[in-house]
Amino acid sequence: MLEHDVLIIGAGLAGMRAAIAARAGGANAAIISKVHPVRSHSSAAQGGINAALTDRGDEWEDHAYDTIKGSDYLGDQDAIEVMCRSAGQSLIDMEHMGVTFNRDEEGKLGTRAFGGQRRARTFFVGDFTGQALLHVMFEQLIKSGVQRYEEWFVTSLIIEEGQVAGVTALEIRTGKLHAIRAKSVIFCSGGCGRLFEPSTNALIVTGDGMALAYNAGAKLMDMEMVQYHPTTISGSGVLLSEAARGEGAYLRDKNGERFMEKYAPNMMELASRDVVSRSEQTEINAGNGVNGCVLLDCTHLGEKLIMEKLGQIRELGLDLTGKDMIKELVPIRPGMHYIMGGIKTDIDGQTNLPGVYAAGECANVSVHGGNRLGANSLLDTIVFGERSGTHAAAFTRGQSYINVNEGEVVAREEQRLQGMLDRPDNGDRWGKIRLAMGDSMNRNVAVFRNKEGIEETIQELQELKTRYTSVPVHNKGKVFNTDLIFALELGFMLDCAETIAVSALERKESRGAQFRIDYPKRDDENWLKHIVVSQGEVGPELSNLPVTITKWTPEERKY
Amino acid sequence: MDVTVKVKRYDPDAARPQVEWQEYPISIDENATVLDALIMIREEVDGTLSLRCSCRSAICGSCAMRINGHAGLACKTKASDSMDANGTIVVEPAGVMPTVKDLVVNFDLFWKKIEEVEPYLKPEVPEPEAEYIASNESMLHLSGVTACIMCGACVSDCTVLEVDPTFLGPAALAKAYRFTADPRDGDANGVSRDRLAKLGMPSGMWDCTRCNECVQACPKGVAPMDRIMALREQAMEVGFGNTNGARHAEAFTESVGHSGRLDELRLPVQSVGITNIPALLGFMPVGWRALTHGKLPPLVHKNVEDVDTIRRLFRKLNNS
Ligand SMILES: Cc1cc2nc3c(=O)[nH]c(=O)nc-3n(C[C@H](O)[C@H](O)[C@H](O)COP(=O)(O)OP(=O)(O)OC[C@H]3O[C@@H](n4cnc5c(N)ncnc54)[C@H](O)[C@@H]3O)c2cc1C
Ligand code: SF4
Ligand code: SF4
Ligand code: FES
Repeated sequence: MLEHDVLIIGAGLAGMRAAIAARAGGANAAIISKVHPVRSHSSAAQGGINAALTDRGDEWEDHAYDTIKGSDYLGDQDAIEVMCRSAGQSLIDMEHMGVTFNRDEEGKLGTRAFGGQRRARTFFVGDFTGQALLHVMFEQLIKSGVQRYEEWFVTSLIIEEGQVAGVTALEIRTGKLHAIRAKSVIFCSGGCGRLFEPSTNALIVTGDGMALAYNAGAKLMDMEMVQYHPTTISGSGVLLSEAARGEGAYLRDKNGERFMEKYAPNMMELASRDVVSRSEQTEINAGNGVNGCVLLDCTHLGEKLIMEKLGQIRELGLDLTGKDMIKELVPIRPGMHYIMGGIKTDIDGQTNLPGVYAAGECANVSVHGGNRLGANSLLDTIVFGERSGTHAAAFTRGQSYINVNEGEVVAREEQRLQGMLDRPDNGDRWGKIRLAMGDSMNRNVAVFRNKEGIEETIQELQELKTRYTSVPVHNKGKVFNTDLIFALELGFMLDCAETIAVSALERKESRGAQFRIDYPKRDDENWLKHIVVSQGEVGPELSNLPVTITKWTPEERKY
Repeated sequence: MDVTVKVKRYDPDAARPQVEWQEYPISIDENATVLDALIMIREEVDGTLSLRCSCRSAICGSCAMRINGHAGLACKTKASDSMDANGTIVVEPAGVMPTVKDLVVNFDLFWKKIEEVEPYLKPEVPEPEAEYIASNESMLHLSGVTACIMCGACVSDCTVLEVDPTFLGPAALAKAYRFTADPRDGDANGVSRDRLAKLGMPSGMWDCTRCNECVQACPKGVAPMDRIMALREQAMEVGFGNTNGARHAEAFTESVGHSGRLDELRLPVQSVGITNIPALLGFMPVGWRALTHGKLPPLVHKNVEDVDTIRRLFRKLNNS
């Protein structure tokens, strides 16, 4: 049987960083990914990565404060301290590995401004920072010699003696099902954006890891905290990076007014994302938009700057809206972008299940709280990817494998998948169910929420879950059966959607990304705490955890 | 907007696997990309259609395929720009790499070549404590190459790779250039001698015929051919101009330019082999691909009739 000390699920930035660290820690590490590593969604990150470099007068404490304020005080301050302290070294490590960061006049790493921060500390490669980092991380992965299972889809976790003992995975190219045994598993499987429609997220971002972990007993935390990004293209939902505003772009309503003056007179367009998205939606709802959008104005930035620093998003705008940002305003609107919530971990990536770790967007160490600052997520993946890889390697030293009956495990899972293939065609399609779920979430669990709406969505999700149990799979073949994979992903998404909706219903206040029209104020007395969801006998069970506060006491949030 | 998407299909699971064309008449948005159309087919019409796609924004590199005969990203190609007079768009899997199923090709060859160029920074001097100091221009220049998303469009349409699978090819050579041109790679002056030596071997930088196909296919402006030419310049600069590979390329150019076909006495087949024939074909007038597809061997034995055209082309290229 295939077996590894540490098995990393997911080969985005978090996963590859974890794998390299686990290998460096002496473990027999392997990485498994449903797409080739460089196709992972980390490639889509455009704007940059944050770090406070002391040699240019920045302090990690300032970065921490901005992050905590951005989180609307829901972030755990011990974890934020770890992230902001390590940021400088992590950044320099990436530069040494070969990332082609833009430079300043002196040839040192250059910065750009990003939302919610009082100082420019976002380092970048044009407007394709994620791709640049991801490809370099892949280079290092090749160099490290870590075993890679590329285009293998994890379908389930193997649980033996009450513990996670490995995974079953479908080799997509052949359709063969394998069991892989592992002493430790690290989830680095990314977010779950596709359960909203539209979303900036890639089609593969379907919450697989969160759902697998949840169903195995892991705790999910802060699932109600879903970030809507202020500048997405209407229709497809594709992102135009915050880098545009970081470089000085304006937001305008249909009369050409810079409406952010009303909402964030100091930070204007660079207030934190929850604030800007809410302001835009308020204007659109008041009839001050254009076809459900407001306008992004880059025309004063000049062709040279746009071509040098925003070339990729200019192309996206041209390709997808037909507008050239050098001379035209581009219609944009708030769109689902990121999930702050995820599998609850400590600062070493450990979950509540022994030997099970998580890092990156699927995890919640709690550095983003109620609202993630732009460019803090790439940092999160690298810092906590490394920490969990290192810790897992140490954990497996001296551990032995749990017994797994390979034949039995594989046969059972094959049977389950065959059951899906054998369903009669009842005319339903997984695409229809996904769309209904995405619409419902985007209608009721979006920028503005209320009790009735969320309850409606919870009801609709129940109906969709029932439909899901009999949705047919058209493709009966073995080789590259993407039809079957989508059907499996839909199951994961439905589970995640439910945890988001019940958490949003539970939090009876407005904080960060959660704005309840029926409870429009932040309520520190009752709700300065995390909401935790775990799988109970009959669906999700809710509990609470305190927020860790070290030295920054909650205050009113103004930008 | 009504459109017919004509897809080249292949199902290895079929009782008798064979290539088939299937037409899907559908209705899509004016702004829709070819990928939007394919996703609609997959989600609403025919779940058995397989393709790779993820980001929808030309950054993950999943969706390269041939659209109306040319490699490109489906998510970066507007459907309305790709329809013929009858509203038909023709979609096939990428070339050079073998088809796995429908629009999915096997990328093993692609990644093997990337790994062959040792694709990671190899500084020969100790790292500084902080970042390397480098000019913004040098980094912007490199970023023009690291913008490569490894989509394989260039490899799909490379005229040399089509017949000589040993050629490193445009993506791997561009990747190699990304290191040889990096001031942080190689010795204290940023010269990567070892790399340049290896890249100068047969099947390396000298085997490119400058057909320009990769430049046209690349959706990210990487212009692999230009990087290969820059590699040759770097190699010459450090005195590797006189290697086998380089001499080869020169002899080849001379021979083809002279007679319109290989002079097999001057250029032994065992050293160039059949593999460089596409060089010659690459310089033939437009339409050569249709002419030669799958018919390479006979052409080798025939006299190439339009010698003048080839000579003219060579002269033009040499002057440019
Ligand atoms: C458009 C866009 C722009 C962004 N820009 C920025 C930015 O400028 N700065 C910033 O800090 N953040 C940004 N973000 C957020 C950031 O990119 C992501 O949060 C981060 O990259 C997530 O990385 P990850 O490693 O956790 O997951 P991912 O990169 O999503 O990787 C997930 C991995 O898990 C694998 N996987 C998932 N399920 C399975 C399964 N069942 N079996 C096998 N493998 C599986 C996938 O194949 C993949 O390899 C942006 C996000 C988007 C959508
Ligand atoms: S220019 Fe060279 S590398 Fe590019 S397609 Fe032609 S032969 Fe291949
Ligand atoms: S060079 Fe261009 S075409 Fe070739 S793999 Fe890279 S991005 Fe694709
Ligand atoms: S879908 Fe990612 S490049 Fe086209």
